[in-house]
This record gives sequence, C-alpha cells and structure tokens, in this order.
Amino acid sequence: MFKNFFPNKILSLDNKFIVSLLFVMILIVLVGLVYALFISPPDYIQGDSVRIMYVHVPSSFIALGCFGLIGIASILNLIFKIKFVSLIAKSLAPIGCTFSLISIVTGSLWGKPTWGVWWVWDARLTSMLILFLFYFAYIFTWQFVNNFERANKITSIIGIVGLFNLPVIRYSVDWWNTLHQPSSITLTSAPTIHYTMLVPLIIMFLGMVIYSLIIFLLRYKTELMKLKLHKKNKNN
Amino acid sequence: MIFSILLGTTIIFFIFKSLEDNVVYFFSPTEIYNKADISFNEKIRIGGLVKENSLVKNQKSIKFIITDLKNEIIVSFNGQVPNLFSEGKGVIAEGKLRDKKYFVASRILAKHDENYMPPEVSEALEKSN
Repeated sequence: MFKNFFPNKILSLDNKFIVSLLFVMILIVLVGLVYALFISPPDYIQGDSVRIMYVHVPSSFIALGCFGLIGIASILNLIFKIKFVSLIAKSLAPIGCTFSLISIVTGSLWGKPTWGVWWVWDARLTSMLILFLFYFAYIFTWQFVNNFERANKITSIIGIVGLFNLPVIRYSVDWWNTLHQPSSITLTSAPTIHYTMLVPLIIMFLGMVIYSLIIFLLRYKTELMKLKLHKKNKNN
Repeated sequence: MIFSILLGTTIIFFIFKSLEDNVVYFFSPTEIYNKADISFNEKIRIGGLVKENSLVKNQKSIKFIITDLKNEIIVSFNGQVPNLFSEGKGVIAEGKLRDKKYFVASRILAKHDENYMPPEVSEALEKSN
C-alpha cells in the first residue's frame, strides 16, 4: 500500500483517477449531508445543534490523523533521509491545519448554545489550539525558510515534538476534569451515540477523508513536480 | 538535531507541568471536601450534577445543589443560566466558595455528557427505568 505513494507512481497519476475520486466524494458527502441534516433525529438534550457534530468530529479526527502521519514521516525523514517522505508531510500539513481550524470554529459554535460559552481554557480545547499552532509553525517554516535542507530539518523537529501533543488531546478528557465531554466513540467500548446519529457521522467522515485524500494527492504531485523541475534546472 | 528534539520535548513537558493546576478545569465536591489549601477569595470552578429536586428559583436568583453522588455543595447564582441547564444534568459553576458547603456562582456553564440519542429513545429509556 505504501508503495502507491512512491514518487513515480504519483507522478504518473492521471486526472481521471482524481476526477472519479471527486465524484465519489461529492456523492458520499451529499448522502451524508442529507442524512445528517434531514433524516437523522435531533438530540434529546441538544436539539438540532447536535448536527454540528457531523462536521466537528470528522474534522477533529482528520486534524489529529494528519499530524500523526506528519510526525511519523518526520521520524522516518530524520532517520532515513528520504526526500519524498518530507514532501508527503509537507502536503498533509495544510489539510490538517484547515481541519483543526474547522474543528475549533464548529466546536465554538456548538459550545455557545450548549455550554453557554464560545470558548473556555479547558485541557481539550487548549490542546486542540496547540495542535493548530503546531500546524501553523510547521507550514510557516516551509514557507519562509528558503533553504530546503534547513526547512526540512526544522519542520521534522516540529513534527516530532508535536507528536507528543496528540495523546494529550485524545486523553485530556479522561485525565483531567474538562468542560468538553469524554469520547463517545472509543476502541474499547460500544459508542454512546445512537445509530441514527452514528451512521451519518461515519458517512460524513468517509466523505471528508476522501476529500482530504484528493487535496493531498494534488498537493503531493505538485511538490514532486516542483522537485523534478528544480533538479532539471540545476543540471542545465 | 537530537538535542533540539530533546529540548523541544522538555519545553513541552514543562509547559504541561506548570499548567497542571490550571489544566484541571473544575473541582468536584469531593475534591473540594478533601482539599487542604482552599482559598476563599480566589475564583474557582466546581462541577458535578445538578441534584434532582434541589433547584429553587426566587425572583432573581436561583439555588441548587451540585453533587458528585458522594459530596454536595449548595450553589447560589444570580443571573442567566444556559438553556441546557437542568436537574440531573452536568453543570460547572464559576465563582467563590463561602465555605466548603456553600458556593456563590458568578457564571454557570452547562456540561454535556457523551450520550447522543433521539428524544424517543431517551423517553423509552426513562420508562424502562
């Protein structure tokens, strides 16, 4: 599976594949949205504001997942010094950054009618903000450090250090008293979300993951092409 | 290289270490009960469930009991509560302790739990209980 992300495979990736992915994504998201906004019931306490969850939760998952991959890529990059691994991480960062911001904004929109406040400095919300700042620093470094080797090194360090924040986000609601509720979906026990709400959540998650994949493939391909061009210019 | 990773990790560690007291967003009534160094002048937050049948509304203020099913604290509050504030549900009160059993709140937050379900299911659950 990992071989599919090798540079020559990606470079030979044609637009047909991307376009068909795009169609699948649009279809899934449409079904997901209709299910989430019209078919699924309101919550017994939150009412209709529960529908924010269908965007909030997948965004948070993707934001954490992307940084997890960036962290792993950063470790591989420092040990094995493979160039394309750092380009994978570089291409993932804007996706995760955007979704962490979406997660924070939608969470805030949900917090006002539910908790009565837009924002509090509890452990979950704060650690999520720190994740966003890590993304920001990561992207900023790629953008403004011109020397590739240098930028590569600094971003790898940011990626690895930021990895420690991920379990803090995930378990913050269990380790400390927080305003944010504990996880409804865990690996060890049955979800505490009724299936009429879980199904649209999973559909939306799937759609948003495919969306992320499309953006990633486009960005990654562009990065590889840039690298190729750079090499060509050097040789001439 | 390794040095900078270690440095970064250490910095993160110390940030969390120093935040440790602040990381706890609220105290439960039992934690207040067991706490030795309580300051009555500082703003703190306490949280738990609003005890069933404990809510008393006056013209301007309300009074209710926050419980963690072991210990209780009486809370008085003067102002607007969030829509989701109700008996039997989670709540966080921000304000000052008068003593270990009495709390004057300046802000009330409703805490939501991890359960999501349609109204019919909740009714059915309540009936079967």
